[in-house]
Parts: sequence; C-alpha cells; structure tokens
Amino acid sequence: MQILTVLIPVSLFLGFIGLVAFVWAMRTRQFDDPEGDANRILTKDYDDKPAP
Amino acid sequence: MAYDAPADHPSLAACPACVAAPAAERLAALQRPETARLILSLPTAHCAACMSTVEGALKAHKGVQSARVNLTLKRVSVEAEATVTAAELARVLDAVGYEAHELDPGLLSMTETDRQGREILMRLGVAFFAMMNIMLLSVAVWSGAEAATRDMFHWISALIAIPTVAFVGQPFFKSAWAALRVGRLGMDVPISLALILASSISLYETIHSGEKAYFDAAVMLAFFLLLGRYLDHRSRALARSAAEELAALEVPRAIVLQDGQEILLPIAQVAKGDLVLVRPGGRMPVDGVVVAGTSEVDRGLLTGESLPAFAGPGLVVSAGEVNLTGPLTLRVTAAGRDSSLHRMADLVAVAESARNRYTTLAERAARIYAPLVHILSFSAFAFWLWKTGGDVRFAVNISAAVLIITCPCALGLAVPAVVTAASGKLFRKGVLIKNGTALERLAEVDVVVFDKTGTLTLGAPMPSNLDRVSDADKAVALALAKGSSHPLAMALACGISGIPALVTNLREVPGYGIKGQLNGQTVRLGRALWVGAAEVGQTATYLAIAGQDPVAFTFTDQIRPGAEAAIAGLTLQGKRIKLVSGDTEAAVRAFAARVGIADWVAGALTAEKAAIVRGLGDQGYKVLMVGDGLNDTAALAGAHVSISPAQALDAARVASDIVLLGRDLSAIADATRIAKQATKRMVENFQISAAYNVIAVPLALMGAATPLAAALAMSLSSITVSLNALRLR
Repeated sequence: MQILTVLIPVSLFLGFIGLVAFVWAMRTRQFDDPEGDANRILTKDYDDKPAP
Repeated sequence: MAYDAPADHPSLAACPACVAAPAAERLAALQRPETARLILSLPTAHCAACMSTVEGALKAHKGVQSARVNLTLKRVSVEAEATVTAAELARVLDAVGYEAHELDPGLLSMTETDRQGREILMRLGVAFFAMMNIMLLSVAVWSGAEAATRDMFHWISALIAIPTVAFVGQPFFKSAWAALRVGRLGMDVPISLALILASSISLYETIHSGEKAYFDAAVMLAFFLLLGRYLDHRSRALARSAAEELAALEVPRAIVLQDGQEILLPIAQVAKGDLVLVRPGGRMPVDGVVVAGTSEVDRGLLTGESLPAFAGPGLVVSAGEVNLTGPLTLRVTAAGRDSSLHRMADLVAVAESARNRYTTLAERAARIYAPLVHILSFSAFAFWLWKTGGDVRFAVNISAAVLIITCPCALGLAVPAVVTAASGKLFRKGVLIKNGTALERLAEVDVVVFDKTGTLTLGAPMPSNLDRVSDADKAVALALAKGSSHPLAMALACGISGIPALVTNLREVPGYGIKGQLNGQTVRLGRALWVGAAEVGQTATYLAIAGQDPVAFTFTDQIRPGAEAAIAGLTLQGKRIKLVSGDTEAAVRAFAARVGIADWVAGALTAEKAAIVRGLGDQGYKVLMVGDGLNDTAALAGAHVSISPAQALDAARVASDIVLLGRDLSAIADATRIAKQATKRMVENFQISAAYNVIAVPLALMGAATPLAAALAMSLSSITVSLNALRLR
C-alpha cells in the first residue's frame, strides 16, 4: 500500500498539468476560431514566421 | 440556465432606437482618421484556400499591416494605416471573388460575452479535472476499499471536491440567492442545495469514518450542469453576435449640403431644416420634403407597392424610400429618433413585451419540478427522522441522496443540447435564430402570413410581354434602356436580346424617362404621361416613337428563389397560408395565382397588416409572419413568431425573431420542420429524465441509493439526453 503515497500525488500532478494547459490555451485565445485553426494547417503557403 | 433568467435577454431586439443612439457616437469615432482596425464580414469564406487568398490579397494592398480571417465567425479583421477605408478593402476582396461587407467595429461588442463564456469554460475545466480525479479514487472505494484506505481516499476526495464545489458552483449559488431573495424557487435553488448538502454531509461522514461520501456525485453534478449552461451561453452568444453583425452592416450616413458643400454626416447629427442630398440608388436617410430635382421613388419597403412613384419638388418622402433616377435635395422635416422609421419602433416595443411573456417548455418543467424536489427531499428527511427515532445523520444522508438523484442534470442539459443542435443545423441552412424562445414558438405555428414585395418576390422586375412586342420596337427600347440606371430600364436591357437600334443624343430626364433621336425623330421611353400613352394598370414602362402608337412594356416581379418550394413545403406540413400585401389588387391577384396561394389580401396598410395578424392570433391561431418592409414591422412584432430575409430593412430585421441569411426562401419549410422536431426532442428528453427519476427516486427514498448508483444514474441520463439531442435531422 506504500505505493499509493507515490501514485496518488503523481496522478494528481498529471491531471493538474492538463488543467494548467487548458487554462493557458483559453487565456491565449486558442478557442476563438476553432474552424479557422483546423483549416489553417492545410494552407500550402510557406511561412517561416506564422502570424501571431 | 435559461429557465429562471428570462430577464437575461433584453438583447438588441427590444428597440432599434437604443441601438442607434450609441452607434452614432461610434460612427463619429469611425470617421476619425486614426482608426486603424477594420472588420469586414465574409459570408462566403469556407475553406483553407479562402483564408490564404483573402489574407494574401489584403496584405498585398498598400497600407495594410496585417489581416487575419476568423473562419468561425466568417470575418476578417485588418490592421491598416488610417488612410485605408473599408470600402477599398471590400473592392479588393470582390476582385478576388469574395463578397465582403463593412462592419461597424463598435457595434461588435463581443468582449463582454466573450469574458462570460471564458469564465464558464474555465469553471468547466476545473470541474472536469476534479471529477476525473475523484472518480479515480471513488472507483477504489466502490470496489471495496475499507477502513483506513477508504478514509484516506475520502479525505483526498474532500480536499479536491470542497474547493472545487466552492469555485465551480458560484454561478448556481448566485442565481439561487437572487431567486430566493425575490421569493421564487428557480431551478438553481435545488441545485445549490444539493451541492451544499452533498458536500457537507460527505465531509461530516468522512470526519466520522462513514461509509458513504457523495463527493464524486457533487462534482459530477456541477460538471454536467455547467456543461448545459455553457451550451446555452454559446448558442445565445452566437445568435447575439450574428444579430450584432446584421446591425453593424448598415452604417447610416447622410450627405448634408452646408454652404454649397457636400458633407457626409452620421444620421444622428442631421437636424431638422438641413438640406440633404440623396443620390440615385440611395435610400432616404430622413423624412423630408423635396426642394429640388425630379426623380422616381420606390416605396416598396414602406408600403409594399411595386410601382415606382414620381417625385418632384413639394413631394413628402419618408426615410427608407429608395431614390431611383435623379438626384434629389430634401429639406429635413424629421431625422433620427423622430423619423417615421424610428416611430415604428414604439409599435414594435409594445408588441414585443407581449412576446417576452412566453413561457418555454423548460420554464414550465421547472415550475412543476422545483417544488417537487424540495417536497420529496424534506419529506424523506422527516420520515426517516421519525422512523429511526431521531437519527439526524441518517435522515440527512437520505435527503441528500434524494436531492442528488433528482437533481436536474439531464433537465439542465436537455434543452441547451437540443437548442444547440437545432440552431447549428439551421445556421448551416442559412437560418439565424435571434431569440432564445423562437425555436419553440416556431414549432407551434399553424398559419403562415407572407408579405409579397421583397419577401416572396425579390423586388426586382422582369419584363413579361416581350413576345408580344415587335422586334423593331424592342431594338429601339433596348438602345434607350441601356442609357439609364432605372431598375425597369435595367431589367429591359437584360431581358431583350439582339442588336440595339442606332439611337443618338440619349438624354435621361430624371423622374420621367429617357429620350433620344432615331433617324431624326424623337423616341422616348418612360412614364405613361410623359410619352403620351394610356396607363395599363400594372408595372410598365412605355415606348413612344414619333408618329406611332406608344407601346407598353409590362413587368412582373421576379419570384424569390425557393418561394414556391417553401409554400409547397408549408402546405404539406398542414399549415394555412395567407398572402397580405400593400400592393394593388391586380398585382396581388396575379401573383397569388402564380405561386398557388388562394387566401390573399391586397392594399393592406401597416395597421391593417398588424390587425390581420392580431385577428388571427385572437382566433387562437399561432401566426408565423414573413415580411421584409417597414409596413410589415408591426405585423412581424405582433405575430407569434416572425421571419425576415437579410435584405430586409433593419427595422424589420430587428422586429423579427429569425433572419434568413441567404436569398432562398425554401429554408422556411425546413426551419418549421426542424423546430417541430427539436421541440419533440426536448419533450422526449424531459420524459427520459423523468423515467430515470421514477426508477431512482424510490430507491433513494428507501435509503438504498449508494454513491455508485447516484453516479451511474447521473451520467447515464446526461449521456442519453445528449445523444437524443444529436438525433435531429
């Protein structure tokens, strides 16, 4: 049962990383144009400096 | 949730004047040279190639710093130097094949709803994280963890759940408190009670090493309810942004003559007594009297007449009429808030307040449901307290279980899920639902009242008697028609094929017609009186060649695409169809016969239209009004539910619940069908939730509901209603 003291914090930590990633994605407005972003990866234009 | 917050959508629809006033200030800001951000609407953009074409074309334009397409909203926002105008960019986009319209950036106040949406989404993310972790721990407890292990798992769950519920539940707590303060029992009261009771009884049990803890249920409840609330918010925000887009499309300005100079001013700055110039093709921005110039005016949007009227000095014109042939100078009699266009807003506001009293299915369900939950829970508490001889802990446990199980997870999702699915489906067909309750009202419709000019027809004339006119006359008419921009002349120029006759000295006489020289003789094309012909009683233009009898070219209005399909579809669905038009009897009779409507009324004025709609309503019919003009506005607002095409006057669009974005009318029949189906799905979803409750509530009342059973019932019912909502076709 000792293993639980490691596994539970690990699982919580991993879940927390997911939550932080979600909050970050939302803060940086990555859900503003889902349809456009889905299509944008298909454009053939070469850009070494993608627009912000 | 939508049910207990009807005060939440005053929206744009309430009164067009309120929208116009702040717009005026923004217009002033819009005119300032330092404006650097432009927004254009791109209704036809749909793919990856569209994005790179549009962005590439805009970036290549001089003065543009950056351009970014938002495909979800179908808009492009451009950062540009102050000298670049939206009209210029619209031309650039037109050249690469994309229709673009200028949008007033000030009217697109997305930020507030944006913030709200992100706040809900954030809570949803936190709830999901907590739910998943607690679920992981709960699985161990359900599968038989005991003693110290179980207590530890409960403690960890409590540490995650209690802050989560406190953070995530805030929207529910707030609206529950607001409801309680005014002495109402909304849906949020049992929800909040369940969240608080479940968390605190579980904490108590955990402290006393109890067996049952409902942390997972409390967090899951919060998650599913927030999901429903987010869907609800999103469909409302989408509708609102689209409605704002329509409002932002028209940037009202007027050309004012001051000391002989033409100055472009926002409507709000035009005062009574000013002189305003209206160019041919322009819409009258104000009410006024013509002081100079002759022309013809199209009053179709105001009165429904399809025949243009002569305009000369002394004629009184109203805002919204279209000037056709020559420039007109008006002395302003009323502008802005006082103009006839805006006075119509009062009528609309009166009718709208009646409509806001509509109770939705969800509200009706909540009205039965909320008291029932409380009664069940409290009676369970009282019964077990008596039965066990005062064991408060056990009794509270039972009543918490009852609250959790009956809590409206599915109910909270049932309506938003269906509305989201249905409005998404309709949006793809070009039907925009502006009002939250419009879908349900549309489903109840049994009579459809159509306006004619501009609604069933395009308001664009088509020559109808070309086969009865000699080729020589046609050639002369074609030559003359090519020299004019009058809609009838343009229709003739398109309609006649062949080589135009050699007519010289073409000269347009604004308000009357066009004349020229053919073999030394004067030929004229225009109004009957001017060419010396007898009127034929329908929309027509007359050709006079000196020494010959005048020839009449008659016109019919072009039917809007899909009008016949829409009428056939609605008839098939068993709806009564009525045509009410302000046009002359002859024109309406001919048109009604053409599209197959037996029940028609001609020559109806604004008040009569509204009275007809109200009369039908008083007889117990649910009326759907479809119209586009100012003369339809009162009827649109007074009907049970109303639809207007996107090309309609903005007052009409504001007054209606649903806007058709495309030119095609056939979407109306689809809309009524989908609305009916959506309402059916909502009822089914309520039944499904009720069925779950019928099975689970007795178990909970008997004290047999375990946390596992609660979790299962909750997730199963939520998933079932979501899947059922997606079944819409």
